[in-house]
Amino acid sequence: MTIDTLRLTAEDALGLLARKEVSSAELHGAYLDAVAERDDELHCYLRTVEEAEGDGVPIALKDVISTKGVETTAGSKILAGYVPVFDATVAARCRAAGLPVIGKTNTDEFAMGSSTENSAYGPTHNPWDPTRVPGGSGGGTAAAVSAGLAPWGLGSDTGGSIKQPSALCGNVGLRPTYGTVSRYGVVAFASSLDQVGPVAKNVRDCARLYSIVSGKDSADSTTVEVPPVELPEGESLQGLRIGVPKEMNEADGIEPGVTAAVQKAIELARELGAEVGECELPRSVEYGLACYYLIAPAEASSNLARYEGVRYGLRVDADTYYEMVERTRDAGFGDEPKRRIMLGTYALSAGYYDAYYGQAQKVRTLIAREHAAAFEGFDLIVSPTSPTVAFELGEKAADPLAMYLSDLLTIPSCMAGLPGLNIPCGLSDGLPVGLQLIGPQLSENTLFRTGHALERALGFDAVPERLR
Amino acid sequence: MAITREEVLHVAKLASLELTEEEVERLTGELSAILEAVSKVSELDLADVPPTSHPLELVNAWDEDEPRPSLSLDDAFANAPAREGDLFKVPPTA
Repeated sequence: MTIDTLRLTAEDALGLLARKEVSSAELHGAYLDAVAERDDELHCYLRTVEEAEGDGVPIALKDVISTKGVETTAGSKILAGYVPVFDATVAARCRAAGLPVIGKTNTDEFAMGSSTENSAYGPTHNPWDPTRVPGGSGGGTAAAVSAGLAPWGLGSDTGGSIKQPSALCGNVGLRPTYGTVSRYGVVAFASSLDQVGPVAKNVRDCARLYSIVSGKDSADSTTVEVPPVELPEGESLQGLRIGVPKEMNEADGIEPGVTAAVQKAIELARELGAEVGECELPRSVEYGLACYYLIAPAEASSNLARYEGVRYGLRVDADTYYEMVERTRDAGFGDEPKRRIMLGTYALSAGYYDAYYGQAQKVRTLIAREHAAAFEGFDLIVSPTSPTVAFELGEKAADPLAMYLSDLLTIPSCMAGLPGLNIPCGLSDGLPVGLQLIGPQLSENTLFRTGHALERALGFDAVPERLR
Repeated sequence: MAITREEVLHVAKLASLELTEEEVERLTGELSAILEAVSKVSELDLADVPPTSHPLELVNAWDEDEPRPSLSLDDAFANAPAREGDLFKVPPTA
């Protein structure tokens, strides 16, 4: 049978498998065929896995997720040739669920970026318009799902790396509550923020994949017990209270076309029975970005200290140990990791710690408190996921601060450890606009229920127009 | 908040990065601009606010203290640039 990978959802695929109309290996082969056809242009994958292992729905894994026997580089030259000898817990859970790996997807180096342009292996292109970025850091997974090169995939999110690329590529991405998905075996960026999460074509697939990978793991002591995942079904939002934080919906830099699509979705939520009201997060938006760009680089500078040319990864030979370490790191890291290592090392260094890192940790407390106050009156809050639609490749690459602003609206909830779901809510200039739903910790089921009802009412066609 | 060339060199040393001359120059400008932006956090008076180091209120996540299988030596060395016997081999420290 012909498999239309552009349209096939994971749920459709499960149906085909259950009725024995197709085998898992045939599905896997269909995605590899699609990769052969379209990935020269898009560059979603850093490498594919030719051998299908398992009897389930194939999956794409971001290249920060360790896969036993399959090279894992985190988009960095310093890990070129690194072949893990163990699976990350999330990879092991996919394996246990029978999901064959299609391949490892492109990412900004060490997941540091908002466009995938920081990958040492070249950028990924947006399936809606290949002259534009797919977002980042998880642009490879997001673009693969939208381009029919994977039915679903896993990303990782520190300050927006799942939600923002899903917004720019027009699919569904969940950054789960901090602690609900194990990070064991996932290349670390900023450990008090990093989370793994699912990307899919619709909310039900996203919920299904979340149920496969989430849950306590003795190998990651930050994980918690997760409430049973409910696959969303209803179409009504009766009884749901939605808050619209005006700072996140009226921030400078939000494109008018983005605001229009988000407003329309909010209006639709009201028609489906939700109560909609305004709320405030005054300091979360104003100070969130500064807070993040102190805490994340500080933690990154510590996490990336492990790349010293001794146990794994690149080594540049030198006469002494210290020269070897310094040369290895200079040769192996790209510009963005170096920038963040330098910034983080500075912020943690003697004399500056209290003014920068210490102060940022206090701002983090304020951000968590503001969100908690908003959730006293509302079940969830909404905003655009990204202030803009997908931007041109190269447009922001030379200006780190302009690039950092891409995460303005995703960062605050990450600082508070809150779950956030992106669903596509329309087009602006022919490019997808993402709606961000944020709830209290462990409110994933509410996000799924709301996202599912809105998705059905919106009727967004997630297949890029140029590929239909 | 400008950062000087000397500070960039000092921080590079702390971070074990041997930067090229071109990188030192570029990073001096870029880090100054980024530091000016992130210094915004110092506008707030937060003397009475406790810091958040972790978004969950988890305390002492213990595991049972019992032996379990771990990586074999060959697996542990599988990605090492240089091995000598059961040791990672590195150049002399001086």
